Amino acid sequence: MTVIAVVLVFGFFTYNAQVNMENRGIDFGYGFLSQESSFDVQFSLIEYDGSHSYFRAYLVGLLNTILVSVIGIIIATILGVIVGIARLSPNYLINKFAAFYVEFFRNIPLLLQIFFWYFAALRALPLPQDAEAMFGISFLTIKGLFVPAFIWQNFNIFFYSIIAAIIAIIVIRNRAKRVQETQGKQTPVLLISIGLILILPLLSFLIGGVRLSFEVPVLKQLATTSFIYEGGVSLPPELIALALSLSLYTATFIAECVRAGIQGVGKGQKEAAASIGLTQNQVLKLVVMPQALRIIIPPTTNQYLNLTKNSSLAAAIAYPDLVLVFAGTALMQTGKAIEIVSITMFTYLSLSISISLFMNWYNNKIAITEK
Amino acid sequence: MSKINFLKPDKSNLYTFLYLGSFLFFISVLDVFLNSFFSLNFIGFLPNFLSFFFPLIVGFIGLYFIRIELSGIKQLDLLNKHINTNNFNAVLSLLIIFIILKSIPPILSWFFVDASFAGDSKDVCTGTGACWTYIKVWMRRFMYGMYPNGEQWRINLSFIALALLGSVGYFATDRFKKYLTLYYVVIYPFIAFLFIFFFISGGPVFFDFSYGIIAAILSIIIGFFIPSKFKFYYFLIVPFALYVLLKYFIFYEELIELGKLDGLNWVETGAWGGLSLTFIISFFCLIFCFPIGMAFALGRRSGFPLIRYISIGFIEFWRGVPLITVLFMSAVMFPMFLPADFFIDKLVRCIIAISLFEAAYVAEVIRGGLQALPRGQYEAAKSLGMGYWRMHIFVILPQALKLVIPGIANTFLALVKDTPLIFVVGLLEIVGMLNLAKTNPEWLGFAMEGYVFAAIIFWIICYAMSKYSYNLEQKYKTDR
Repeated sequence: MTVIAVVLVFGFFTYNAQVNMENRGIDFGYGFLSQESSFDVQFSLIEYDGSHSYFRAYLVGLLNTILVSVIGIIIATILGVIVGIARLSPNYLINKFAAFYVEFFRNIPLLLQIFFWYFAALRALPLPQDAEAMFGISFLTIKGLFVPAFIWQNFNIFFYSIIAAIIAIIVIRNRAKRVQETQGKQTPVLLISIGLILILPLLSFLIGGVRLSFEVPVLKQLATTSFIYEGGVSLPPELIALALSLSLYTATFIAECVRAGIQGVGKGQKEAAASIGLTQNQVLKLVVMPQALRIIIPPTTNQYLNLTKNSSLAAAIAYPDLVLVFAGTALMQTGKAIEIVSITMFTYLSLSISISLFMNWYNNKIAITEK
Repeated sequence: MSKINFLKPDKSNLYTFLYLGSFLFFISVLDVFLNSFFSLNFIGFLPNFLSFFFPLIVGFIGLYFIRIELSGIKQLDLLNKHINTNNFNAVLSLLIIFIILKSIPPILSWFFVDASFAGDSKDVCTGTGACWTYIKVWMRRFMYGMYPNGEQWRINLSFIALALLGSVGYFATDRFKKYLTLYYVVIYPFIAFLFIFFFISGGPVFFDFSYGIIAAILSIIIGFFIPSKFKFYYFLIVPFALYVLLKYFIFYEELIELGKLDGLNWVETGAWGGLSLTFIISFFCLIFCFPIGMAFALGRRSGFPLIRYISIGFIEFWRGVPLITVLFMSAVMFPMFLPADFFIDKLVRCIIAISLFEAAYVAEVIRGGLQALPRGQYEAAKSLGMGYWRMHIFVILPQALKLVIPGIANTFLALVKDTPLIFVVGLLEIVGMLNLAKTNPEWLGFAMEGYVFAAIIFWIICYAMSKYSYNLEQKYKTDR
């Protein structure tokens, strides 16, 4: 029964689609991806202009989506953890302040927040020529944030030194764990790790020939009243507004996850840990956090996914993300609705499935192995 | 003789410490207060750098002095316990007090003191504060969108009628209580559907609706005089008969066409908008997504592999894509899959898309509740000889739904917050109307007021919903 119903429904839709496309003179196919796109994107991480293909435009959109998601996830995590811990503070003022933040930002639609930051708050910023320098090198203006660019010499040596430091830290951690399990001795892993990750890159500067210089943005006059900063890295206001609102909004949910996680660890656990003579820090590090993380991680993963999906709201303020570039401009130009919408959806689907698979793997790794 | 102790408070010098500390703390707060409210700077003689940190330093020393354990003074102990447990907390408390003091004057002046309320043109907004005149002038558009001014009573009437019908539950006597679920699940949504899609949109279809209403009211009134033995058959036959009678024998429509009666004007859904559209969409999506979600939650736990895989596919698909692409799909891709002459209204397509999208989330929430129930409940129900549907309706779902009230409330909140996204298909609810008003050449530069206004409205709605769900959760909480 069900099989027949499903087949019938799908058959009906496919038949209609064929008829409709015949009527409108559109042929189905993904060949357009290699055609010349002939539209421009104002902000892209990779080299792109109108002479590149639609597939390249798709990549530009995808990278922009990933960029804003990653920035948002990092800020939201930091802010969320701080607010979540502040929610549990015995200090009445801090507690209420954090609660106010959460209740305030959580109950306002994200789109409204994005509009607010982009159309109201960031529009109040100074014009490039009036901007005051922050720390002497960065400029926050109505046309975006201009920060110095790093110019590396022999960057790959620096990169290898960081990788070497990370590998060394992993080896030392494993060793320290084994030593502790067999002999009961504790090694100051944290201190050694910090030392390693500082010293190795530093060494690469001293003997590896790595040089780092900055390219500071400089004001340049385009016309009599139009100024722009040149050089350095410029972050467009769309990106700033989007990243800011995404992280402020998602941080409230992460804060609640963190709070629930820490509260979810039984009081008896802390008391038991204290009674066997662990210090306050050890209780937090060895008893509370490992258990709290198990509660925190699954819902936080969901929030990361939500953030990634919500980044598609970028289309509303013309940040060139996947939806705007591909499902917007490219769709208008080619008219291939089915192909483009399906590619866009499939991309988001695979993004979220890959994040959730990774998080499931991590979750399984730290889960309690019950007998 | 006990040692004389200046640095640590004890019984003998407790009051010295208390007065000194309170004085310093008071000075620091007073400094910031005067500075922000009256722009007085009575420590201006200090160097710039020092006068900036002066309140923090002095306040910190003051708090350090009054941090006396077990002083025996109740208020002091409370203060210490809540904002002054250690140095770090003291600094944070001071910072928060200062931030609050500093931010109150600008906010107050923007909102009230320097704001303009009077008048009805842009000229009155000359101050530095907010221009609430803008909101006042555009109020009708923000509430009703492009809906014609003269017809807006229809929206008001529908909402009032629906609110009254919705509050029936509070007045129902015990005799009718058992029918309430049926009423809210079947009859009420149906009435709401009729009201919104026929009364608000008006036009020719409206007459069918009004015949239906007249037929229903007449038959209910007559129904009171019918002996209960025949009531079932009566209600089965008479309303429909009345409806047909009205529709085909009393030529109401022709009277209007001849100009003898005034009818309702047709207002296409594209003209709907503003906050009322937010309500309409949220309302219908809430009603539709719940049963669909429940069906898929049950489907995901079904014993038939095919149903299970379809449910899993459905849920994971909708949960994996952003709502904006779903709306894109409903706008540009969905029409391709329908017969060429078959047209579905934009608003209806939107409601279907959002309902399906949220249904996937509701399904996952309900599945969580189903999984949380101990297997004993299922086994007990089966051992009483209940079938699948009876078991779920009478035993499993009431318990599972009770467990997941917070989750469902969160999903509904997310739904309400997602409604502004319908700008993608060109429908303008309140945020969309704001963006439209903002680009009006006569009213440029008032984006901030508009967004703050909408934010306050949404905040009130969402906060009320979350508080209500919390009450509901407490009400149905049962010990297990």
